[in-house]
Formats: sequence, structure tokens, C-alpha cells
Amino acid sequence: MEDRAKFVRFEREILPHLDAAHNLARWLTGNDADAADVVQEASVRALSFFDGFRGGDARAWLLQIVRNTCYTWLRRNRDASTAVLDEAVHGSPGSGAGPERLMVQQAIAALPEEFREALVLREIEGLSYKEIAHVAGVPIGTVMSRLARARKMLRASLSPEAAS
Amino acid sequence: MTCDETRELLAAFVDGELDLRSSVAVEAHLGTCAACAAEVAQLTGLRRAIADARLYYPAPAPLRRRVRQATRGSWRPAWLLFAPAAAVLAVVFLLVPRPGASRVEQEVLSEHVRSLMSNHLLDVPSSDMHTVRPWFDGKLDFSPPVKDLQAQGFALTGGRLDYLGDRPVAALVYQRRRHVINVFLWPASHADAIAESEEQRGYHLRHWYRSRFEYWAVSDVNGSELDEFCRLLRE
Repeated sequence: MEDRAKFVRFEREILPHLDAAHNLARWLTGNDADAADVVQEASVRALSFFDGFRGGDARAWLLQIVRNTCYTWLRRNRDASTAVLDEAVHGSPGSGAGPERLMVQQAIAALPEEFREALVLREIEGLSYKEIAHVAGVPIGTVMSRLARARKMLRASLSPEAAS
Repeated sequence: MTCDETRELLAAFVDGELDLRSSVAVEAHLGTCAACAAEVAQLTGLRRAIADARLYYPAPAPLRRRVRQATRGSWRPAWLLFAPAAAVLAVVFLLVPRPGASRVEQEVLSEHVRSLMSNHLLDVPSSDMHTVRPWFDGKLDFSPPVKDLQAQGFALTGGRLDYLGDRPVAALVYQRRRHVINVFLWPASHADAIAESEEQRGYHLRHWYRSRFEYWAVSDVNGSELDEFCRLLRE
């Protein structure tokens, strides 16, 4: 009974953030299959640590677990993940990607992990500095400098289009 | 507000992260400085380009079903359904929670098995504690104590960054003959104590607190040797 009540709460508070979980996992792993596996593993982990969740920012709490699961996953499957970049460049969300959209997508996919993570959480997921700091486990100052670097790199790879 | 001072704040300004006073000051400066205004235009242009590209990947419906299935009640059926290989099945059975076994204990055990199976035992292969310990600098928010027990028959083979629960932990890897011992540790406020001593599916687990760290050791080495190892580590 207690498990059932716990799951109901989990379903209500955490599962609404599955889109956010998948979006982050997809950007970090670079392909659909790995993203799905990571999200599933992270969800199971999240449920098992749910007792430790004291309310508050459920999305950031889940994203932190997703992030950690992603990196463990990527390290575990290091050989397989060399193929990731390729897919990240060619795959795209939704269908019918226009040329500009594809360029932005490729430019973000090509960012080094920690910069991509910060940028995706800020610009695509819309997290605050504080939330990103929580998810990535770094101070806010680090978040700011990573974002600045990420934007600089993006601008460089998108220019002159982004400058117009 | 000078240009240099403003430059520092422009990204936070565009991100809506400035307090009201700074925000007003930046706006006032932007009215008088074309260079800073151009920088803001660049930042907002980049933001718009990203937003226009609609780069969000929502969770596909089959994944939602998978997650619901995997998290509802028993783990076992869902895990088995999606386990890609027989090797993974072995881990899956270890992951199935047993009554009385704590979650951390389950995690410790499964991370141990994973580390052996995935060819990812070591991030820093070294028998030198002066190499292993500094390797963790900047990867963890603590500096794990590393002990050389070579003379006592437990050879340090290296370290690894691992995750237990939702936090990064240090994993130190020792070897006794052909047996691998994983030691997981992270800071804890708990007073020094010796906690569980468990045997699960052929693996021995030891759990203790020492000098503001929580430790778990896990191995398939026999129980008395693991006890000796833990005693040496605690000394």
C-alpha cells in the first residue's frame, strides 16, 4: 500500500517532467535510443531516491538524476558513443528541419558536453542559473562562465547568420 | 555605470537574472552606449535563433509507457522486457530490490557489478595513491582519502568517478589476487561507526563511517579477507 501511495505521488510530481528529462538526455547522448534508455534508467533511480525528495523543484531534482545517469551511461558505453556525434549532427527533432534550424541544431550538438549542457538547460529548457547550478552540481559563477563560453562558440559557428 | 562594468552583466541582463536595481542601471547605460546595445542585440538574436529552431525533444509516447511500466510496482517485468542482452540480465537480478536491503546497498552492489562488466573499472589506473587522489580534484567536491595497502596484500589499482544515488562519489579499486574490491566513499556527517556487513548473491558488502566519510566496500573476495581489508583501511 505504501509503495502504491509513493508511486502515485511520484507519478504526480515527477513524471510531468519526463519531457524535460528526455530533452536533456537526447541532447547529452545525441541519439534517440540512448536517450530513451537513459530516461528509463534515470526514472527508476528517481523512484528509488524519491523518499529523499523533500519537495521543491521537482524538475531540477529529476534533471540532476538524468544528467548523472547520462554521464555514467556515456562512460559505460564509450565505444558506442563515438558514433553519437554523427547521429547528433544528422538527427533532428521533429521533422522537416529547415536549413537554418539544422545549422543551429548542429552547432549546439557540436559544443563540448559541459557547455552544451548549460546552454540546453538555459535556452531550450528555460532553467534559471540557480536551477542549472543545482542540476550540474557547480557554483552559479561556473554556470555563467560556461554559458558565456557556449554562446561565444555558438556565435562563432553560426556567424554571420546569428549576427544579423 | 561604466562600459566594462556593464559588459559583465549583459548576459545576466538578457537572461533576466539581474536584480531590479542592476537591471535599471544596465538599461540606462544601454541608452547611451551603442557598443553595449549591439552586444545585447547579438545575445537576443542568438536566443531568438535557438527559439525559432524549435529544438525541444519531448518524450515520445512509447517511452512514457516504458517509464510508467518500469516504475510501477515491481521493477522486474519491465526491466526484463527491455534488457538488451543476457549479460544485462545478470545485473537486473541484482538490481531487483530484496526485502531488508537498503537502496544504497543495492546501488553499491549494482555499481560494483557494472564496473566489472562494462570495461569501465578505472578512470585513473594507478597503483600510486599520490596519483589517484589528485585525479579526483575538480571532479568531486571533496578529496577522498586514498590508502596504499600493497604491503598488506591489497594492491591499489586505481580510481573511478561513480554515481550513487544522485551524487558523484569516489570509487577506489583494489585487487586481492584476481578479486576486485570496489570501495565507494563520500562525505557524511555521521559519527565513526561500523554499520552493515552483508552477503548478497556471492558478494560481500561492508559499510562504515570514518572521519566524516561514509564507506562501502564490495567484493567477491571471501568475507574474512574483506574484513581484514576494511580494518586496514580504517586504521
